[in-house]
Amino acid sequence: MENLVLQALSGLASASSLFLVASGLTVIFGVSRVVNFAHGSLYMLGAYLAYSLVTTLPRGHLGFWGGVIGAAVLVGLIGLVVEVLLLRRIYRAPELFQLLATFGVVLIVQDLAQMIWGPQDLLGPRAPGLRGSIEIVGMRFPLYELFLIGVGPVVLGLLVLLFHRTRWGTLVRAATQDREMVGALGVNQRMLFTSVFFLGSLLAGLGGALQLPRESVNLHMDLAIITEAFVVVVVGGLGSLTGAALAALLIGELHAFGILIVPKITLVLVFLVMALVLVVRPHGLLGKPEAAARGGQGSAEPVIGPAPPALRWLGLATLAVAVVLPPFLGDYAVSVLTELAIAVLFAASLHLIMGPGGMASFGNAAYFGIGAYGAALAAQWLGAPMLAGLALAPLAAGVFGLLFGYFCVRLSGVYAAMLTLAFAQIAWSVAFQWVEVTGGDNGILGVWPSAWAAPKLVYYYLALALCLGATLFLRRVVHAPFGYALRAQRDSALRAEAIGIDAFRIRWLGFGLAAAAAGVAGGLFAYGKGSVFPTYMGIPRSVDALLMVLLGGVQTLSGPIVGALAFTGLQEQLVRITDLWRLILGCIIVLLVLFFPQGLAGAARARWEARHGDA
Amino acid sequence: MLSVSGLSAYYGRAHILDDVALDVGPGEVVVLLGRNGAGKSTTMKAIMGLVPPAAGRVRFDGAEIAGREPFEIARRGLGYVPEERRIFTGLSVLENLEVGRRPPTAGLRPWTPERLFALFPSLGAMQDRPGGRMSGGEQQMLTIARTLMGNPKLILLDEPSEGLAPVVVERMAEAIRALKAEGLSILLSEQNLHFAQAVSDRATIIEKGRIRWSGSIADLLAADEVREQYLSV
Ligand SMILES: Nc1ncnc2c1ncn2[C@@H]1O[C@H](COP(=O)(O)OP(=O)(O)OP(=O)(O)O)[C@@H](O)[C@H]1O
Ligand SMILES: [Mg+2]
Repeated sequence: MENLVLQALSGLASASSLFLVASGLTVIFGVSRVVNFAHGSLYMLGAYLAYSLVTTLPRGHLGFWGGVIGAAVLVGLIGLVVEVLLLRRIYRAPELFQLLATFGVVLIVQDLAQMIWGPQDLLGPRAPGLRGSIEIVGMRFPLYELFLIGVGPVVLGLLVLLFHRTRWGTLVRAATQDREMVGALGVNQRMLFTSVFFLGSLLAGLGGALQLPRESVNLHMDLAIITEAFVVVVVGGLGSLTGAALAALLIGELHAFGILIVPKITLVLVFLVMALVLVVRPHGLLGKPEAAARGGQGSAEPVIGPAPPALRWLGLATLAVAVVLPPFLGDYAVSVLTELAIAVLFAASLHLIMGPGGMASFGNAAYFGIGAYGAALAAQWLGAPMLAGLALAPLAAGVFGLLFGYFCVRLSGVYAAMLTLAFAQIAWSVAFQWVEVTGGDNGILGVWPSAWAAPKLVYYYLALALCLGATLFLRRVVHAPFGYALRAQRDSALRAEAIGIDAFRIRWLGFGLAAAAAGVAGGLFAYGKGSVFPTYMGIPRSVDALLMVLLGGVQTLSGPIVGALAFTGLQEQLVRITDLWRLILGCIIVLLVLFFPQGLAGAARARWEARHGDA
Repeated sequence: MLSVSGLSAYYGRAHILDDVALDVGPGEVVVLLGRNGAGKSTTMKAIMGLVPPAAGRVRFDGAEIAGREPFEIARRGLGYVPEERRIFTGLSVLENLEVGRRPPTAGLRPWTPERLFALFPSLGAMQDRPGGRMSGGEQQMLTIARTLMGNPKLILLDEPSEGLAPVVVERMAEAIRALKAEGLSILLSEQNLHFAQAVSDRATIIEKGRIRWSGSIADLLAADEVREQYLSV
């Protein structure tokens, strides 16, 4: 019993910290509609800066609390600079492009933090005056945790006052609903957005700084918190402060008690909850439909036409090189090429959902991983030969794609994307924790190709043929009636319904098809590597796919191909030549977003059209 | 006061406005008439900078405003009342007015919530009601009141009579005449000729994004063939 009380209290403390970060994220999203991946980085910077300030300033109350507040303000200013230099320029860009830009910032901050503070974990001092513990129901409870429990409600109260009792707050709430109208009434949206970013970033920094006495400061804090913060924001309803508070409470307590009841489930618990909430309430607990928010006038997406002849020749030339060159290369280079071919198909599968389908997926790696595991499990437990495994991969991925997609495609925008992420995390945790079957973290080893395909070169040609075939098939699909229906529902679900297209069915099938294609890629990857691991389904791999598609350009069919080649090639090269590959990659991404908002292939097409007049 | 010439605008690649010209003098009410899809709303949005004008000049109160941002244009004293009303549904009536509030303009009596409630009495009875729980007519009054809080010298009033009951339209006409009496200039867009003639001094007819006719209300009432060609449905 006593234990439960303490557990509930520590759940409250986590909820409080989580709320600080999530409130900043939700406020920023509400006004600017930017899905700010870099919010976790700001949190991490808050912790690092607090460490530096608190350890440099004289010890005592002033030094500690001054350091914490100072760190929060500094992070607010950093957020302000990011907004002015980067985000302000891309508010009119598609939502996902902004996400890409903020992801570039994540990479940059990771390397900068490592350069400044080093790779080792840093342990900050305890908070003066709150070092001890007090007795609650006969057990000891740390004072600092008690203090944190108080911080959340106080911050919530202050924010509510700010938003409901000041002119600034009224303007922000109005802009959350219709920022263009607010501008037409004479309000300088830029100043408003910048100030909102300052506030949101400050809250993230404060959340990070307050962790100092609680846990060590390290380079993984950013991604660890950002997923949780997103879950809280989405479960609460995007843009809703009270929703975020409720969701933080829910997630905090679930964490605390989940550990007691089913220790194994903690990794996935939050995602299970998110999936459940979104299935029942498509806009989170207290969210409003996204469509209500208006921005600038969105222009219609360009029509995808068949490839112009020049592009076709370029493609054929690339293909010729891909066929002719490998026999003259070493095994390592051939493996890299195999991975490139697989990356192309992986990106093309995501592109089908994002481009023609008009939905973002943050969890495409799930289907890649399910394909890989399908093949590996069949080999391990049934002794299936390679070809059977490769056939099973898309089947397994397709079935799960249809299953998960059934729920995901009903939602829209960020909610849909977050639900795909939730399912991917659930799949990941099954692979990670069902040790008896999947080998858990150790993965499944010895998934080798059949003897005839064992030479790297032969396997490369097999992979090339399958990936190329599947990618061309996806291209074909986009130009088939199914593809037109898919795009029709993207452009206007209502109008599509009016001409007899069942939007749900089309999206659902598209999702399943994309999953099956990702499964092919996953199966090939498994046999190529000879092993599978839970990381195949991890968030980083899903993010890779997103980066490839966005870099290439969402609205061109060659986009995913260009993007996959550019991204995989770039990363491969950067990792080899420098330790700072994240910094460089991040800068490249940011510059690309700023100067080629249509992606690489999109930019190439725009130039081509400008030169030749549009066909 | 407001003088537009050669204005052209696009939505994406669709050419919507072509060489639009019109004038509104100080204290004058000019109505822009045209059928559905003629380009009335687009003209207003282009003047306001909400749709960037591709070509043309927009002079307002002695300064060129084409190409400026909407908030700058609003700060110069141009008010915009959108056709869709675009009330902030989560904000109360008073808060909606607060969003529109701007400093007083020299030469015009500053608007306050109290004065606006005198103009639109039904709003005064629901000051704390969220905008989302108001009738269409009440929202129409609120959207006008919200723009007036910015103390504009001229307002662009996009189809204020649309979807309103005849009694409410009548009250709207009274309100517009009261605003004119205050010295406010108004560019009105309408399909309802009856309403338009009751409040306007001059009319301009737009069809397929081009100006087809301009003249006084009296001339328009005399010109049967013009009304027949451009306004009858
Ligand atoms: N956001 C948009 N994107 C593309 N085309 C548009 C858009 N808004 C309007 N149009 C087109 O521009 C043309 C002019 O529209 P506009 O709204 O200016 O007409 P209107 O005269 O205000 O009509 P109504 O009386 O129905 O309000 C129409 O053909 C319309 O289809
Ligand atoms: Mg209109």
